[in-house]
Order: sequence, then C-alpha cells, then structure tokens
Amino acid sequence: MTLYGIFFYLISAVVIAATAVAVTRENLLHAVVYLIISFFGTAMLFYLFGAPLLAALEVIIYAGAIMVLFLFVVMMISSRPSGEALFPPRQFLPAVFFCLLYLLVAAAMAVQTPGLNAPLQTLTASPRLFATYVFKYHWFSIEVISMLLLVAAIGALNLGTAGRPGVKKDVPEQPEKPPTGSNPGAQVSGRTED
Amino acid sequence: MLNMLLWIAGFIILLVKLMIILGVLLFFAGYLVWVERKFLARLQIRYGPNRAGPYGLLQPLADIVKMLVKEDTVPDGADRAFFLIAPAVVAATAILMFSVVPFGKDLTLWGQKVPLVVTDLNIGLLFVFAMSSLGVYGVALGGWASNSKYGLLGGIRGAAQMISYELPLGLSLVPIVMMAHSFSMVKIVAAQQKYPFILFQPLAFMIFAISSMAESKRIPFDLPEAENELVAGYHTEYSGMRFGLFFLGEYVHIMVFGAIMSVLFLGGWRGPFLPPVVWLLIKILAVALFMIWVRGTLPRLRYDQLMALGWKVLIPLALINILATGAVGLMIN
Repeated sequence: MTLYGIFFYLISAVVIAATAVAVTRENLLHAVVYLIISFFGTAMLFYLFGAPLLAALEVIIYAGAIMVLFLFVVMMISSRPSGEALFPPRQFLPAVFFCLLYLLVAAAMAVQTPGLNAPLQTLTASPRLFATYVFKYHWFSIEVISMLLLVAAIGALNLGTAGRPGVKKDVPEQPEKPPTGSNPGAQVSGRTED
Repeated sequence: MLNMLLWIAGFIILLVKLMIILGVLLFFAGYLVWVERKFLARLQIRYGPNRAGPYGLLQPLADIVKMLVKEDTVPDGADRAFFLIAPAVVAATAILMFSVVPFGKDLTLWGQKVPLVVTDLNIGLLFVFAMSSLGVYGVALGGWASNSKYGLLGGIRGAAQMISYELPLGLSLVPIVMMAHSFSMVKIVAAQQKYPFILFQPLAFMIFAISSMAESKRIPFDLPEAENELVAGYHTEYSGMRFGLFFLGEYVHIMVFGAIMSVLFLGGWRGPFLPPVVWLLIKILAVALFMIWVRGTLPRLRYDQLMALGWKVLIPLALINILATGAVGLMIN
C-alpha cells in the first residue's frame, strides 16, 4: 500500500466515523461540529485525489459558510434533549432498508467492474485547468445555476424585509403610546414595554 | 543510499525552516502586543508598560509567565471539550494561514533548493480563506461552550460579523487574481515585479484593509468583545493561557493580514537595498501600526452600522471593482 493509500483509508475512516457520530448526537451543536469534521475530511480526500480547488471550495463553502449558518441557528435555540427515542422505528426502518440496498448495489458494482485493482494515477487539476474545462463544456449549467441563486437571493431579501415597517404599507403600524403622566414607576414600565 | 541521504537532509532543512518561521512569527506576535500598548499609550498621552525591563521591553515575557502559571478554570455547566479546544482552533488557524506567505526568493543551501515559503500551494489565496472561515468556529464555539450569556452573545456576534466580512474580503481579491493569473502567492509576488498592485487597485486595497480589520475583530469592529456591553464577549470565561491563545490568535491574525496585504498589494518581499525578509517585516509592521493607529482614533461602530457597511457598501463596491477590472483587462488585450 502506498502512502496515498494509507492516507486515503485513514481519512475515509475519520469521515465515516464523524458522520456516524454526527447523526447519533442528541446535542445538536455537537452534531454540527462532527458534520464540520466530516466536511473537512471530504475536502482532504479531494486534495488527495488531485483536486485542490474543489478541496478549498469544500472547506470555504460547506465547512466554512453553510455550517456557520447551521451553528448560528442551533446556538440560538435551546437544545435540551427531548427524551424521545433518537430513532423511532418509523424513521429507522426505511433508513436501514435504503442503507442495505445501497450497500448491495455498491457490492454488485464492485464485483462487476473490471480493473478495480489498478492503482489510481496521481494527477493534479490546477485551478486554471479546472476552470477552463468547466466554462468550456458546462457554461450553460453554470449560467442557469447563477440565475437560480440570484432569484433565491432576491426572494430571501423580499422575505427578510416584508415584515419591516416602512417597507410595505399593508403592515399596520404600532400606535405610539401616550405618555403616562409623571409617575416614575409608570415611566419605567412603559420603557420596558418598548 | 544517496537518495535517502538527500531526502533526510531535505527533511531536516524543512524542520529547521518550520521552527524558525514559527519562532519568528510568535516572537513578533508577542512583541506586537508591546508595540500596540506603547503606541496606543502615546496616542492617549500615557506612558504604557515601563516596569518590566528598559522601556517595558520584557513585558511580553512577563505576560506569558503570568498566563502560564495562572489557574486554568473551566466554568460549571460549560461544555468541557469544546471549551478547552476553542482557543486552540483560533490560534492554530491563524498560524496556519502564514504557511502560504512567501518571504524571499528561492535559496540554494548545500546543493538543495530551499523555497522561502512553507508551501507554495496553487490555491494559496483560497487556503487563507479556508483557514479564516474555520477560525470562526473557535470564536463561536468558545462563546457557546462557556455557558455564559456574554460569551454566547459575543460568539454569535463574532460568527455573524466574520461571515459578513469574508465576502468583501474575498471579492476584493478577485481583481488581484485576475491581474496575476494565479491563486499562488509566489506567482502573485512575481507578477508585481515592475509595479505593486496597490497602484492599479487602490479600491480593492481599501476594501481589503477594512474587511481584514473586521475579520480580526479590532476596533472599530470589536463588537464580539465590546467591553462596555459584553464584559469581554466570547472569551469572558477564559483564564490563563487559554485566554492567551485567543489573544495570540488575534495578534498572529494581524501579522498574517499584514503579510497578505504586503504580498497582494505592496509587492511582497520586493524592495531596494535591504534583504527580502526585512522588507516583508517592514511592510507587515507598517500595516500593523496603521491598524493600531486606527484603533486609537476611531470609536466602535454600532451593530447595524457594521452590517450595513459590510453588505451595502463594501460588497457592491467590490463587485463594481471586479467588473471594472474585467472591462479594462478586455480593452487592453
């Protein structure tokens, strides 16, 4: 086994273990952190296969940006364990079924495909090569995706500003409270209501 | 046999190089604290540290000794593992960012070519962003794991601020990549052989400078640790060297952003008369002094101002800058 092979199996083991731990945690924040480790491991696998650009993007976008948003939401909600069973049979059985099916298909493919023992050639796709390939052969999909993202961004902006007073007129404005006299206690309570 | 010997020699040279770089980086980060305290004191008509050694020069050493012998406390109800790991994440990601910064031409030592950069990744610039986006977790998890409302608020603010300012930070550097035709820091320095990029990209330089100050959470962008409302923000509950690691991370961050700014805009290690490493250090120090000066001059932004500046001013400006650079590039070619 080459050095690359050893690294591949080590990192794969870390990725699989981290993902397994992530889906079994009751504490949501721990689950998020293990998922980040899993993404980071995936990025290392990309790098090992000679795709440094994909590796960097995996860390920046998945481990860096998307998971921060998850973390953000999880930090804001209280994550007390609910006491329910972690995997009720209604969710567990279909998952097991599809898992076994997937394993079966993978095993069948592994048996059927010839030349599995041939070692993978070590190649590196430089960012320039990668970009030339993508923009030469897949420019249409990229334009469609960027259009979708633009629409999604505008939609998010619309949703985010819809409830704000002054942006839309159909939201009833809160009537201002008249001053409640010179009683200091009333003033204090009025302030807390604001 | 000869191959083996050469391999061992190369490995030893690599180890020595790494040790020297790490030592120099940590030394300068430590003394940057002293420079900041002294310079800030002068700006505020005070003396600054002047007890430990002449001109207070031994102050960083005294601080380190103090932090190391202090009790390392973990608050009740804290998430122990995350609480202990979070400062290391901040410091480690900051130090790792320096690994792609070149600080001189290739050196030839006993017939071995020694590149004066830890690793010349062809995605060097993206590596910096990857590490910087992972550094957010140290701040956010440290704040959350403390089980304190100040820590939590500081952590949430830190995460929101850092992901907001990562966008203008990244977008401001797209024109540089367009002009250098590469993500590699070594090639970006090579592209500035005649003129530094700041002459062509002053707007990108300004956006990068502002965003990097926000990324390293310095005044006027220090809302995650705003003293008058959050005690110390995300590191409120930390003591001893774990607090020291957060601190170290911040100062290494300043050094790294100074180094990246000099590599991308100020010509890197290029300069007349002096050796390249000295030029790079001078440029880093100039950027750091500028950041300290800004800290001594400006008040803290309000939270809505911070978000508005990032999303409504810097990102549109950076996008316009990319379009303009592309248009000019098409016209020239």
